[in-house]
Amino acid sequence: MVSFNLNNRQVSVDADANTPLLWIIRDHVGLTGTKYGCGAGLCGACTVHVDGTAQRACQTEVGSVAGKKVVTIEGLSPTSSHPLQKAWVAEEVPQCGYCQSGQIMKAAELLAGNPKPSRADIIAHMDGNICRCGTYHRIIAAIERVAREG
Amino acid sequence: MTMLDTNISRRSVLAGLGGMTFCLTLGNDGVHLVSPAQAALANAAVTPWVRIAPDGRITILSAGAEMGQGSMTSLPLIVAEEMDADWSKVAIEWVPADPKIYGYKDPFGTEQLMWIVGSRAVQLYFTQLRTAGAQVRKVLIANAAQSWGVDPATLRTEPSVVINPSNGKRLTYGEIAKFGTVPASLPAVDPKEFKERKEFRLIGHSVPRRDTPSKVNGTAQYAIDVKLPGLVYASTLHSPVHSAQPGVWDPGKQDQSGAAPESWNDAQVRAMKGVIAVVKLHNGLAVVADRFEHAKAGRDALTVTWAKSKADGFNSDAALEDYVQVSADPNAKAVKLEEKGDVKAAFANAAKTYSAEFRSDYGYHAQMEPLNAVVRLNASGDRAEVWEGSQAPDESRKAVAKALGFKDDQVEFHQCYMGGAFGRRSIGDYAAECALIAKEVRRPVKLIWTREEDVAQGMFRPQSFQCLEAATDDTGKVTGWKHCVVGDGEFLLITGIKIPYYGVPNQYIERRGVSHGIRLKHWRSVGHVFNTFAIESLVDQMATDQGMDPIAFRFERMGAAPKARKVFEALAQMADYKAQRPDGRAVGISITERSGSLGAGAVEISLDRASGKIRVHKVWLAVDGGVIVQPAAAKANVESAIIYGLSCVLHERISIKDGVVEQSNFHDYNVMRMSDLPEEINVQFVDADTRPTGLGEIGNPFIAGAISNAFYRISGKRLRHLPFTPERVLGALKT
Repeated sequence: MVSFNLNNRQVSVDADANTPLLWIIRDHVGLTGTKYGCGAGLCGACTVHVDGTAQRACQTEVGSVAGKKVVTIEGLSPTSSHPLQKAWVAEEVPQCGYCQSGQIMKAAELLAGNPKPSRADIIAHMDGNICRCGTYHRIIAAIERVAREG
Repeated sequence: MTMLDTNISRRSVLAGLGGMTFCLTLGNDGVHLVSPAQAALANAAVTPWVRIAPDGRITILSAGAEMGQGSMTSLPLIVAEEMDADWSKVAIEWVPADPKIYGYKDPFGTEQLMWIVGSRAVQLYFTQLRTAGAQVRKVLIANAAQSWGVDPATLRTEPSVVINPSNGKRLTYGEIAKFGTVPASLPAVDPKEFKERKEFRLIGHSVPRRDTPSKVNGTAQYAIDVKLPGLVYASTLHSPVHSAQPGVWDPGKQDQSGAAPESWNDAQVRAMKGVIAVVKLHNGLAVVADRFEHAKAGRDALTVTWAKSKADGFNSDAALEDYVQVSADPNAKAVKLEEKGDVKAAFANAAKTYSAEFRSDYGYHAQMEPLNAVVRLNASGDRAEVWEGSQAPDESRKAVAKALGFKDDQVEFHQCYMGGAFGRRSIGDYAAECALIAKEVRRPVKLIWTREEDVAQGMFRPQSFQCLEAATDDTGKVTGWKHCVVGDGEFLLITGIKIPYYGVPNQYIERRGVSHGIRLKHWRSVGHVFNTFAIESLVDQMATDQGMDPIAFRFERMGAAPKARKVFEALAQMADYKAQRPDGRAVGISITERSGSLGAGAVEISLDRASGKIRVHKVWLAVDGGVIVQPAAAKANVESAIIYGLSCVLHERISIKDGVVEQSNFHDYNVMRMSDLPEEINVQFVDADTRPTGLGEIGNPFIAGAISNAFYRISGKRLRHLPFTPERVLGALKT
């Protein structure tokens, strides 16, 4: 049994400590906004926050988050009102949409530590997150919008 | 908005809740709107399509599959336009998978199809949807006219309101739906009665995509997210060596012979935690478990002896060199694709001839959502439900039915959003596989291919060798053209090989086929990637040899068609084509053509001579796509294909050694990341009043030729093998 805080809710799951957090979140708890893309920490589709730091849930063993605070896309804002979510809509970022939870969670980490990132800061921070539809320009525009408008 | 339980909500919203309902049926010449009275008499299955509720809410079913291109929004919008509906009151639902009702007429045959490939959704459904919308509007006006006792011809509409201009009276569509009737025989609509372009309120005016809000908060429903009571999970291990037969459309033909598991550590895997079953498939094994992590652990623990496969020992690099022999062999079997004029005479009388050879490697789709499906059989085992994101729900349903020995109507298909598709998700092979597993374990099953499976069992864009020759007369005009493409994949290999946009009088174009057993498939513009590259590289070679500007050469020496001239002229203007570029940079151009659309594109590049890395700084593309239904979504779609093109041209390569795919995940199958992004992408649609054409792939075919032609301007060397990896660029620089 592993217990941790998920989106401000205490959860306990009956799973081996080495189970990837990704499957715990998606299948054991049932929050499917966090996506499986590569299973190898290469694409960023499964990005969540662990104590405020963006981590690849597919590479994070559930045992390692015991007693910690995990936030997924569903917990970023219960009403889709996080400035990044609003900017993602305003810039019409998503196409297939599959990578976008991970993109938003990664961008949220950036802005939490650096509210006014330069374009170079954005690219350096976001480079690990793949978008196969190629929405990168719009992702940059959405992050810049938040940096500009808050 | 999520998309689970689509059918339940469709029934509840459309079936008999009052208001006015319009149905849909199939005639000999396509899909028609019919009244419920006609629907009741029809032999064929008829389903509601447009419903106006007394509260004014309008529900329109969308036949488009949503893989990111926005057609889920743009198809119902076309109906709403001709209806003159208030878009804010329109709800969209997906249609069930029945091509007899919801399909479009196959332009190449007699069947009704639901495939969304080649980015043709809007193109295929445009006229049918406008007709349906105009008919609904006529019925609404007729009801208002009858209620007021006036001539319908005197009435007009504004969004969701019928208005009598003589006295200012108004009836909203919802008010009409309270008393209105749908005549047994719906009024005919002549296309002349369609709105004029200047009257459009929705077409050509971008509205937000309806799927966007659900894609920023994690609620969009992909098949991989489906939850069912009692669901178990499956993870597959397929034969590492493909054994595909020629003909890619029937999932049953994929790996039919060979590639079967012969023996494996069955007892050991069955004893693992959570494992419920190990199911034998014709080309692999599926481990079924209570949790995906247990299924995957079982799959990873499998050790299998495989039957002989067709692609045993296959080496892709060596095969590519064999293609050169095939192309030179006068006795090799060839399929003629185009023959015009007298090619022999054109070459015999030529003032000068040119020739060039090109190679291209296999390409993988790399859609972000790994292939997956959910299947549930009923208790008596004679009905199945499928959840999948599919470009062709009808094909998927058929594949599942075939796998289970069912008739098509024993399978109910639930469409989900697709986490990318790019041509891969249109034959339902993995849904059929999931159905077989579900049948075996008699529980609802979610099958998820690992990324490694998705790569190893990829259905690739075929590799190719191409040999081109051209003849010019003493004025420099191109009079003769020969193009031979060699490779596997039949008509996947030949898309984009013809040059209708150029007026070369004598042409001979052919394909020489081989068959390796490698699985092949549609891939965002497929053959256009390498064929347009080869064509436009040779054109550029001739232009530079003649010391001509490449656009002027296409106009004066290639007989560029008026539509082609128009896009090149637009390109020259938007790219400030003749402007001086910064030191070390150059511009290359290429035509681009796909699914009825035509465009001209340019790239500005620089080159790091030490590493061989090409950097693309700016991209321009002028496109004639006819009337653009949703300009913002269309632009995003074209930008997406440009990135996809840049990624495949600069980075992506599948190689096969000893029958096994050498790449396995995103560390060795490199797709474009943000740091490789050009500083600018500029897309412009040229003004056109013609029927919409496909836009999702037009951004892809020009990239290779444009980069290669720019590279020549920097280095004086030609790139002749896709992708242009740094090693190949360094190699070209040394020649």
